[in-house]
Amino acid sequence: MTTVIKHQKPSAFYDEFFRKGPGQKTTHYCPGCGHGVAHKLVAEAIDNLGIQDRTVFCSPVGCSVFGYYYFDTGNVQCSHGRAAAAATGVCRTLDEDRIVISYQGDGDLAGIGMGAIMHAANRGENLTVFFINNAIYGMTGGQMAPTTLLGQKTTTSPRGRTAENEGYPIHMSEVISQLEAPVFVERVTLGDAKGVMKAKRVVQKALQNQVEKRGFSFVEILSPCPIGWKMNSMDARHWITEKLEKIFPVGNLRDDTKEPAPVSIPRMKLTDEELIDLFKSGEVESVKAGSLLNEQLVKVAGFGGQGVMSASALLAKCAVAENRHATWLPSYGPEMRGGTANASVVISNEAIGAPVVETPNVLIAMNAPSLDLFEESVQPKGMVIVNSSLIERKVKRDDVNVMYVPATDIAIELGSVMTATIVALAVYAAASGAVSVETMQKMIPSSIKRKNLVDINLKAVEAGLKYYKEHYQK
Amino acid sequence: MTKHLMKGNDAVIRGALLGGATEFFGYPITPASEIAHAAAFYFPLAGHTFLQAECEVNAINMLYGASAAGSRVMTASAGPGVALMAEGLSYLAGAELPNVVIDVQRAGPGLGNIWPEQSDYNMVVKGGGNGNYKNIVLAPNSVQEMCDFTYKAFDLADKYRMTVFIMADAYIGQMMEPVELPKQVIHGKRKDWAIYADKESRKNLVTSIFMSVEEMAAHNQKLCDKYERLKNEIVDFEEVDTEDADILLIAYGISARISLSAVKELRAKGIKAGLLRPKTLFPFPSKRIAELSEKMKKVFVVELSEGQMLEDVKLAIYGKAPIELCNWMGGMVPSSKDLINKMGYGD
Repeated sequence: MTTVIKHQKPSAFYDEFFRKGPGQKTTHYCPGCGHGVAHKLVAEAIDNLGIQDRTVFCSPVGCSVFGYYYFDTGNVQCSHGRAAAAATGVCRTLDEDRIVISYQGDGDLAGIGMGAIMHAANRGENLTVFFINNAIYGMTGGQMAPTTLLGQKTTTSPRGRTAENEGYPIHMSEVISQLEAPVFVERVTLGDAKGVMKAKRVVQKALQNQVEKRGFSFVEILSPCPIGWKMNSMDARHWITEKLEKIFPVGNLRDDTKEPAPVSIPRMKLTDEELIDLFKSGEVESVKAGSLLNEQLVKVAGFGGQGVMSASALLAKCAVAENRHATWLPSYGPEMRGGTANASVVISNEAIGAPVVETPNVLIAMNAPSLDLFEESVQPKGMVIVNSSLIERKVKRDDVNVMYVPATDIAIELGSVMTATIVALAVYAAASGAVSVETMQKMIPSSIKRKNLVDINLKAVEAGLKYYKEHYQK
Repeated sequence: MTKHLMKGNDAVIRGALLGGATEFFGYPITPASEIAHAAAFYFPLAGHTFLQAECEVNAINMLYGASAAGSRVMTASAGPGVALMAEGLSYLAGAELPNVVIDVQRAGPGLGNIWPEQSDYNMVVKGGGNGNYKNIVLAPNSVQEMCDFTYKAFDLADKYRMTVFIMADAYIGQMMEPVELPKQVIHGKRKDWAIYADKESRKNLVTSIFMSVEEMAAHNQKLCDKYERLKNEIVDFEEVDTEDADILLIAYGISARISLSAVKELRAKGIKAGLLRPKTLFPFPSKRIAELSEKMKKVFVVELSEGQMLEDVKLAIYGKAPIELCNWMGGMVPSSKDLINKMGYGD
């Protein structure tokens, strides 16, 4: 009676393997292959735990690529070696009651996917991994696997694997069990009936751990591949017990499940309003506009520690507050660590094209190399502010408007050398009106990260303004 | 009208969260790292997932798993990282999984440097991974568009079940500009094909394998039909001063900003220049470029690569106007003056 066969099938298996084709009841696996048994153990455990609806089965590339032919659960077919990474994606997306299985072979998990499995294990993903170790690549035609034994002949180790050429078989369970996070690691065998019975309990335990939200469980299953090994089914099983188990001893390597399960912290859930509020803090308050006449192409340049980046960003922020178009483009990356830093700021009444300032009409030079580098590029009739504390020479050009400001001396007097660029910026604002000094004062409190430095920056603006009035205001 | 002043890379994460993103998996790389920084800060605050992956290969596969589970998921990288993601992107396309990837382009090949180039065009716009597939590719040229394009990318990805790329460059990512944030939060809806670990979705399968050649052929055809449909449905571009123009500049991203300056300056000299800026690189605005080219004395393609977009422009114009490439490589970014000189209109 065919119904008898049906009843023997776990409900986590499809009745018919319709994805293989209509009416199919046998698997695609070779005679004597261990995948059928391993699948059945997993499916029975799913039944016993009553988790079929909430299980997601991640199948690898390898012989079990078609896991979804058989498992009547949610199915994700993954790329070669990356099932543990994809499973991580599933785990992190769905709520905590989901059960995620990553079912992988030895080439997939211990070869190409070594990085993915190590890091999934190390993060302690609440995930159950079934690792089928048959010491060979089955699907692609019997090539050497990371777990192939020394001396074992495969299509890519035709004279037998040697330690000198290919290294040693990798003991994944031992490796995984050395990590801090995994809660359960065990190696089982399908080599004999006793081993299968034991495997059945271990498989279920590994899933039970996930139901209890305990974390990462890993079960290595020594499994026959008679075709790959060029043996009959019986010999293959003997080869497991006599050879494979000698190199990969069965047994538990880690069981932290006697400890209480970790308490999970529920995720925050924000309303739309709360999410929008989250971004409110960075808003630039709108202020009365100054008297910007023409597009400002500003180059601010100096060395690290003079506040070049933060002051130039403040300038852009003031322009935004005054409802101008503005761009700020920093020099960035390793170059900045070399000690020179510069930023381009463009302020305009119209949409801005290029944000890179090649020919500035304003240069704020905070140190001598900056003046040397950019003096020639300044447009005729442009403005050059020279930090005369650090730059001894005069500007060579006679077609630009120069203001010499001892910005660093003023800043040191105020108590923070880092405010030097703010002093120079205040002079520029007062002289050009491109942004107003009042706007600078308004924007400083929300722009300075260290609140105890707000006052000193405000004083720097005042000092810059005073210097301008005393020396350059007409 | 309240505005923020922020980097393009920071604006991406504002747009993403307001656009309904719930998962971010990524690996740091200059000049895209600020995107990961902002995601690491804001995603958990919003009750969502940020996870730094061990490499780009596994990051894109985390996207694959998360998208299979119905998530609005994203990552961000630059050329070398996007190259590593190529296989995963092909799988995502084959399995028709929606997701969003930001590419802040830098100079290559190899490690190259961290300055702007636009030489990921072929890899991102033409494919990059194996098989017949396409990504939707949006090309922002401002910090505002970094926010806006990311904001709408998740809806596009879900609608077409595709990868949507935001194709930026080092300058668009690193510069600060004013941004107005979207005022409404968009949420992803439940997808009837995704796997939610519940009874209703138990039957669902996410895969890119089709063992029978007939099924594989039909699947390919279905994808190609979808890509064809996009050409009518989402192609987007901006035109500046094209109405009376007799020379046309075509550029995207940072090159379009420089071209915009060049057009203004050329106009001031009495030269009738216009600009067409593709906002979508796939689908490419071929039809409009073909129309415009008919009245042009010359078309200039401005890009920071050896001439990758140039090929799409050539295909669009098909000999109807002379084309000249004005390009820079290696992280060199021209001024508008450099560009005008190269075009042959210098003083």
